[in-house]
Amino acid sequence: MPELNLTSAPAHLRHGSNIGQPLTRRDGVLKVKGQATYAADNHPPGMLFAVMAVSSIARGRVTSLDVAASKRHPGVVEIMTSDHKPQLAIDPEIKTNPFVFRMEVLQSHEVRYANQPIAVVIAETLEAATEGAVLLAPRYETLPALVGLDAGESFVPPVVGVGNPTENYRGDVEAGFASAEKQIDAIYETPPQYHNAMEPHAIVAHWDGDKLSIDMPTQGLKLSLARIAELFGIAHDKIHIRSPFLGGGFGSKGLMAGPQTLGIMAAKLVGKPVKLVLRREQMYGPVGHRAPTRQRLRIGADGDGRLTALDHHARTVSSTFDDFYEPAADASHTLYAAPAIRTSHDAVRVNTGTPLFMRAPGEATGSIALESAVDEMAWACGIDPLAFRLKNYAEVEPITSKPFSSKALRACYEQGAARFGWAKRPLQPRQMRDDAGHLVGWGMGTATFPALMFQAEARAVIRRDGTGAMEIGAHDMGQGAWTALAQIAADELGLDIDRVEFEAGSSDLPDAGIAGGSAHTATAGAAIHGAGAAVIAKLADLATGDERSPLFGAGNAGVIARDGRLIRRDDESRGESYAEILARAGVAEVEARGTGAPNPAAMEEYAMHAHGAVFAEVKVDPELGQIRVSRMVGAFAAGRIVNPHLVKSQLFGGMIWGMSFALHEEAITDRRSGRIMNANLGEYHIPVNADVPPLDVITVEEHDPHVNALGIKGVGEIGITGSAGAVANAVWHATGVRVRRFPIRIEELLTQL
Amino acid sequence: MKPFDYVRPATVAEAVAAAAQPGATYLAAGTNLLDLMKGGVSRPDRLVDITHLDGLDEIEHLADGGLRIGALVSNADLAHDVDFAKSYPAVAEALLSGASAQLRNAASVGGNLLQRTRCAYFYDTASRCNKREAGSGCDARGGENRTHAVLGWSENCIATHPSDFCVPLVALDAVVEIEGRNGRREIALDDLHRLPGSTPERESALEPGDLIVAVRLPPAAGGFAAHARYLKVRERTSYAFAMVSAAAALRIENGKIAEARLALGGVAAKPWRARAAEDVLRGVAPTADAFQEAARRALADAKPSGDNAFKIELARRIVVRALILAAAGTPARIPALPASPFATTSGAIHA
Repeated sequence: MPELNLTSAPAHLRHGSNIGQPLTRRDGVLKVKGQATYAADNHPPGMLFAVMAVSSIARGRVTSLDVAASKRHPGVVEIMTSDHKPQLAIDPEIKTNPFVFRMEVLQSHEVRYANQPIAVVIAETLEAATEGAVLLAPRYETLPALVGLDAGESFVPPVVGVGNPTENYRGDVEAGFASAEKQIDAIYETPPQYHNAMEPHAIVAHWDGDKLSIDMPTQGLKLSLARIAELFGIAHDKIHIRSPFLGGGFGSKGLMAGPQTLGIMAAKLVGKPVKLVLRREQMYGPVGHRAPTRQRLRIGADGDGRLTALDHHARTVSSTFDDFYEPAADASHTLYAAPAIRTSHDAVRVNTGTPLFMRAPGEATGSIALESAVDEMAWACGIDPLAFRLKNYAEVEPITSKPFSSKALRACYEQGAARFGWAKRPLQPRQMRDDAGHLVGWGMGTATFPALMFQAEARAVIRRDGTGAMEIGAHDMGQGAWTALAQIAADELGLDIDRVEFEAGSSDLPDAGIAGGSAHTATAGAAIHGAGAAVIAKLADLATGDERSPLFGAGNAGVIARDGRLIRRDDESRGESYAEILARAGVAEVEARGTGAPNPAAMEEYAMHAHGAVFAEVKVDPELGQIRVSRMVGAFAAGRIVNPHLVKSQLFGGMIWGMSFALHEEAITDRRSGRIMNANLGEYHIPVNADVPPLDVITVEEHDPHVNALGIKGVGEIGITGSAGAVANAVWHATGVRVRRFPIRIEELLTQL
Repeated sequence: MKPFDYVRPATVAEAVAAAAQPGATYLAAGTNLLDLMKGGVSRPDRLVDITHLDGLDEIEHLADGGLRIGALVSNADLAHDVDFAKSYPAVAEALLSGASAQLRNAASVGGNLLQRTRCAYFYDTASRCNKREAGSGCDARGGENRTHAVLGWSENCIATHPSDFCVPLVALDAVVEIEGRNGRREIALDDLHRLPGSTPERESALEPGDLIVAVRLPPAAGGFAAHARYLKVRERTSYAFAMVSAAAALRIENGKIAEARLALGGVAAKPWRARAAEDVLRGVAPTADAFQEAARRALADAKPSGDNAFKIELARRIVVRALILAAAGTPARIPALPASPFATTSGAIHA
């Protein structure tokens, strides 16, 4: 996006390489000044406002809408309903690939969950559209809502997560339990949670003939584009999506959502640009969430505290009309060296929007249960929780027996524990008090998240003026892609970062894949690496093949790109600038493309995961039961750290989310109506600043030659895992009360304190 | 949103006349009303904006030793008024424990008194709510009601009043000055909010057009400054309503409690003055046993209205703790985490 005047001020320090430098966000000044243009900030001429009317029942059908009353309201232009809407090119119920989820785009009168869109009012003002939606006064035929983890007959889904087997086995679990001297058998519950990105889902859609122009936050530009193309029956090259900034996504903006599709349909219906922005409460339904779980953990250990068996079963829910199953039990595959492991899932269907990916899907829910259970097992064995984890340290991935591509978890345990002061922890709970008489507890959890790679492409350019460009349709959700990927680009092009025009956030750039799975920096970074290497190779060919160049004949020795110059690898005094090479060759620029992709051979050979250890201290009022986290330390090993400053921020955010998981977050569903009763940020609690304790993050050195060319593992999600369990375990250690339902509520402590 | 008339009266008399019309409501800071309007919970035909009226934003020290607080004084201005915080520390602490800094900067004294319940069924217009629509029923009964009332509720309504500010005010015998169609009158704050009974839609003693112009603290209210605290248990440290709260104020003479004041928040449709508990504390030494007995008395009539039996036990413990804290003496400055059980935690920074 050339019109984005990214800044690198204040001046960055550079010590040779860009990668590894703690640059501040290059888009930070724009954001602080309010000049970063988010989707809903766009107002093309003639734009109308669309507002969704959503269902207040969770199951049944819409029997009437007072369209006439709505239309009479001043300013209302058009009302889109199931009976009056542009036709789509394909049935939105058809799943054309595993990343297509069913959406509600007024295809019928059926209501499948509360907050489902049932009409769209388009008006000259937001206020008129809002009142027009109220005036529709929908009537329903209501059926009893299916709510909760026991809503109906359970079944075993065919897969969980994205294509993971529902059940996994290794060894003989029952024999493992038979040989165990100590066993625990405990049930943990986690609630439904909603992403609640600060920026609501929004779209500004504008049809110009058969061309479609869109401003919309997305974590997957090309995936969204492909879905729009098939829904509206238009060619990919007729669609342009701009998504320079997202105000958070956390998985909820990964796939094209129903409401955004409705925005495009509305624009088509009225023949004018249309803006549709979800209200906060409308985000509790059609744009995904984290499903609730009930997890049973059985663990056996021998007399020395070595695991003999680990059995992890997770019950979850999906919607009545689509399939996404939170792979919670899979969290037990990688961390602890039990000779026998079984993981399994089952599910019930409820009247909810389809649950989807939410920051660490499966890992977050599974981790809090697993880490709590491991803590319980350590206590049952009379062993310190860290010593117990070290005793059961997995040297190879337990479920597959594959070696790890790298695993610096031991160093994470050591460095985290040392920083925290873990060695002074009394084994018994309820032993520590602070000056004010509050109970104090220390807990820990192990963090893990797979090191994934998707597919991406990048285009690199070196220009005659000695500058470079790197183009990739990457996504900045706030994590800092504008900065971290530009740092990689600068290194690959051998240029100072301020001499590289880095372009991202637009669908007309090469496909960067999806910003998800903590894989974006690795995937996009690998493509940038490939494109940079390829364009430097072209430039080198120009120089080394030209006898007028000081690099002539250096082809075999090779050249190095540094500070805008190519120099001989074997004689760094010989070299010339990019500008000189291109000027002599008489070309304006050279360009090349590169790709990033998973390496199937390496994946076959190695288990690839990031790891970490999180330590938490909590204080609990001994009579009132109120809990406060007073400090947290996290030590993480995630391969190569591109920008330590941004990585720390990501890990802080994850740790706060983990604390939120343990103590705050929960969507409360009315068990009769199926409506979510706290669909707002006043009542759906996430930590406020006053809840966030001093946080300390250590990034542990880790070199991984297998995950990808740059050795990057990703840090987007791992911070939640481990942290939630650490806080929960600290609450136990403070009080001696084990709460297995999350978030931990005052009443669960109150009567037992 | 629904179109409405907006009027900006020049005088209190004009305001009262304008607001006496059916469908009219006063607009002060709007920190609650605008949300209610956006959610379709309140659909007024006319907003009478009182924020430009003169003379309603002053804090006056009265000749008799009392204090008069104009209805438009902001929560933040009042809480940060040095004299006020010194004389009525529990009130200042309660104010600072409410909402967020941004909301406190906007929210007004009069509006705080008249804020509506936070019952989710009141806000969810698809639910039945006798408060929102008289006679429609109460879906909070049998619903998600762990935070609902344990005192003074009826089969028709189990909502609570969410104010922090009102809790110490009612303990200190605050008086509300009202301008109405028949001129000025005043009532005790304790008589302003009504219990639901069979008419939960009637939340206060106000008549159409009635405008709260000031809240007055009587001279005796200043006598508790040395031993006054507000304590609030909530599910996060800031920007959360009270699960249960308590204001405790003591006048201690010669090692004995000469007079005690106690009120609870988050337990009923009104700030709950616990006079029976005050009575048992009069003339006794400030001991844990005495406080336990006071707590028992304060909650003697409590009963769960749903999944909230724990609130009764929590309320007892909060009463005891608030009294202990009050007896220990008002801290020299308001704690960094006002009204929090963690107020004394070292390293806390201002919320």
